[in-house]
Amino acid sequence: MSSNAKERMLRRAAADIKAGMIVNLGIGLPTRVLNYVPADLPVCLHSENGIAGVGPAPERAQADRNLIDAGGAYVSPIPGTSYFDSALSFAIVRSGRLDLTLLGAFEVAGNGDLANWMIPDKFSPGAGGAIELAQKARRVGVITTHTDKRGNPKILAACKLPLTARACVNRIYTDMAVCDVTPEGLRLTEIAEGVAVKEVVAATGATLIVPDRPLPTF
Amino acid sequence: MPLPDKSCAIEAVIAQIPDRASVMLGGFGVPGTPFCLIRELVRQGQKGLTIIKNDANEADMGVDWLLKNGQVAKLITSHIGLNSNAVAMMNAGEIEVEFAPQGILAERIRVAGAGVMGFVTDIGIGTPMTEGKQRVTVGGVEGVVEPALSADFALLHADRADPFGNLCFAAAARNFNPLMGMAADRTIAEAEMLVPLGGIAPEDAHLPGPFVDDVVPLRELTEA
Repeated sequence: MSSNAKERMLRRAAADIKAGMIVNLGIGLPTRVLNYVPADLPVCLHSENGIAGVGPAPERAQADRNLIDAGGAYVSPIPGTSYFDSALSFAIVRSGRLDLTLLGAFEVAGNGDLANWMIPDKFSPGAGGAIELAQKARRVGVITTHTDKRGNPKILAACKLPLTARACVNRIYTDMAVCDVTPEGLRLTEIAEGVAVKEVVAATGATLIVPDRPLPTF
Repeated sequence: MPLPDKSCAIEAVIAQIPDRASVMLGGFGVPGTPFCLIRELVRQGQKGLTIIKNDANEADMGVDWLLKNGQVAKLITSHIGLNSNAVAMMNAGEIEVEFAPQGILAERIRVAGAGVMGFVTDIGIGTPMTEGKQRVTVGGVEGVVEPALSADFALLHADRADPFGNLCFAAAARNFNPLMGMAADRTIAEAEMLVPLGGIAPEDAHLPGPFVDDVVPLRELTEA
């Protein structure tokens, strides 16, 4: 994936973070979405380790050794930030206070099943907070390359890996397209500039509903 | 009637921990990890421990000192991905690792501290996390029983403590500390600053003194 395609994907995901939301961003690509969110947009970022109102990365000299986000990066407080224990932090998650979470994926299925924490016999460091985020945020977005490094689809008819949560994903942002999980099935909603619909269909392992009108591009 | 003084020397409080004890360790990554108490536990060398901590720190830090010193039989945790040594020891069968979703781990500890036997949740249904767990239906919704999780000891890291054991935690160093402090038979807190009684305002005690048994003022900090 070119850096241009990645930037477009992140920028597109960022556009779905709206004023007033409480949002949790997963480690890795999802956290980088922040680079494309306007600095003055009124949004509350939640971090699993007990922060509501996560502020930007501080200058190294100003970093507080007691203030990291769940990914281990130094962050800063902003006016209105609060700190709390881990049980309360997940009370926020499980009781549906998160309007949106953006997560990474190993595999995602056409019905919204998500696998992003375990590859048996290869990678099993534990799920951290991913299961509760995926299962209980009001809206779950997945940010992922459309295919893996070998060119195999990451969007599948059914996940083969152990699930993080069933039928939890609402929207998938990739370097090629935006797809929505709907009651009718997985719908191609937007397409990256310069990408053909047939390329997206060929790179997708799940049945894709393609509207018979021109798609918005991003 | 003054409040009791629980301040204590680090050697004596860690010497209370026997082999094969279960020990909760506060902290999420570095913030809130009781590095000095862990270092003393490594020096004294108690074996066969069951360690309960959100994560395994990183290689050559905190929990990893106990792992490398062969003191840990079992680790109950939510995520060890930042410690390649812990992953290798798990894969080699040198330690047993039990995983729980992070908020479920926190809540199991919280309810133990609240004197509750467990709780029912739908988290993890359809994933390997709930395999083998007792299923119940509440209000027509299927859930699993998550049992309370207590321990023999909890080792905490506080920013400030008074001699009675009222504790204040800094920023994101709170995390599992106050929960574990409620859930153990004996709770030991190291504190960066020991303030006199009254030095923590009544409304600022993140964990109140009745839960805390021993307070260890730190002379210097250590992380690695």
